[in-house]
Amino acid sequence: MALSHDEVLAGLAEIVNEETGIDTDSVKMEKSFTNDLDIDSISMMTIVVNAEEKFSVKIPDEEVKNLLTVGDAVNFITSAQG
Amino acid sequence: MNKKVVVTGIGATTPLGGDASSTWQALLAGESGISTLEYEWIARHELPVTFAGQAKVKAAEVLTLQETKRLDPSSQFALIAAREAWADAGITDFVPERLSVEFATGIGGVWTLLDAYDTLLEKGPRRVLPMTVPMLMPNGPAAAIGMDISARGGVRTSVSACASGTEAIANAITRLHSGEIDIVVAGGCEAAMHPLPMAAFASMHALSRRNDEPTKASRPYDINRDGFVMGEGAGALVLETEEHALARGAKIYAELAGGYVTSDAHHITAPDPEGTAAARAVIGALRMAGALPTDVGHINAHATSTPVGDIAEYTALKRVFGDHLKEIPLSATKSSTGHLLGGAGAIEAVFTVLALHHRTAPPTLNLDNPDPAIDLDVVVAPRTLGENVLAISNSFGFGGHNAVIAFRSYNQ
Repeated sequence: MALSHDEVLAGLAEIVNEETGIDTDSVKMEKSFTNDLDIDSISMMTIVVNAEEKFSVKIPDEEVKNLLTVGDAVNFITSAQG
Repeated sequence: MNKKVVVTGIGATTPLGGDASSTWQALLAGESGISTLEYEWIARHELPVTFAGQAKVKAAEVLTLQETKRLDPSSQFALIAAREAWADAGITDFVPERLSVEFATGIGGVWTLLDAYDTLLEKGPRRVLPMTVPMLMPNGPAAAIGMDISARGGVRTSVSACASGTEAIANAITRLHSGEIDIVVAGGCEAAMHPLPMAAFASMHALSRRNDEPTKASRPYDINRDGFVMGEGAGALVLETEEHALARGAKIYAELAGGYVTSDAHHITAPDPEGTAAARAVIGALRMAGALPTDVGHINAHATSTPVGDIAEYTALKRVFGDHLKEIPLSATKSSTGHLLGGAGAIEAVFTVLALHHRTAPPTLNLDNPDPAIDLDVVVAPRTLGENVLAISNSFGFGGHNAVIAFRSYNQ
């Protein structure tokens, strides 16, 4: 069962919150991981690893650099679920 | 003439309490921090030892979720103890380049390492978290403290097994004597209550197996002692040059008068039965303190409750103190806390400082039938100490490490 955009966003917000302490309400589609949420590269990789686990998807390393905003990640995960 | 070094802050999280003061109160009350472990992995692995000294207050109750996720348990304990000591010292104005950290661990980030290995085996390399290396590295605790308090004068880690905590404090003295550093946060930590280290220590028959009476298991100098009891937690001191402390009107607990380190070059685990190098460590610390063996009025012994270790330390002490040894009130506090390995010397330093500050030697538990081969004045109920006392705290570790620090009463 593929999850909706909103469900992926909610799940991703939980992962971001656990890793960084950023309030889940601040994790919005248009936010940039580095510029808006101030997430460093090691936290980004942790979020990727945890997202792969949570959503049962594979996020290739070369794809991670394209995930600039929360929306990029949500869209990628949603489509990767197939 | 070297600068005088003083203790201006203390912190601890131990099997007796979540801070230095509750730990000290429990220690004086004769409480034991040892209990049966309720973890499912005890039964799953059929461990031959089922008890230990667990931290009274879980680190997760004190730290933020992000701190507990990004720090190995050993670093979590270290941060808790160091923050308490730093707050206790009340330092608001300092030069970061003249502030350093000397923090010890015996084993390092063993939980992180072994958890990550389990993840690798079960889920593959992609699931191994990127923070694994900084979490497992043994300098993790010192680095976490250094970042927390903005120490830019160097952050170093002593690793000398069960002597580590005392060695870290001894190393702080030379930094403060150098004139380049005003303040050092020093101490040690350990969080090795994981099935692998427990199985490994049990395998070498170093641990007590008194599974049916955990609170009676750590019994230094008793004829029926059968090994040490593992403990977890951390201890920390804020150390300053006396001039720096006085200039800011700090409260001073005690003087750190000396510290010295030697090595046996005898056997990787067994202490040298002659105790020659251990005795030299005591003498070295006293020499730095400008003191004679007859000046010593209190000892916090290493005393882990192993059959050979307790005798070896006694032999070394007898070598230094001769007949005067019998006149020195000696406390073996591992009887209450268990053995915190790399954290042991640090919490025992806290106890020694508080013994001088409160003029009270803490009690030793479970000395029901003293070993006739050991002739000491072991303190079994809190005992009043004088106003001007020189005290030593000993630590010895696998690898033949001997570390001794000396504290002197400081009357403001």
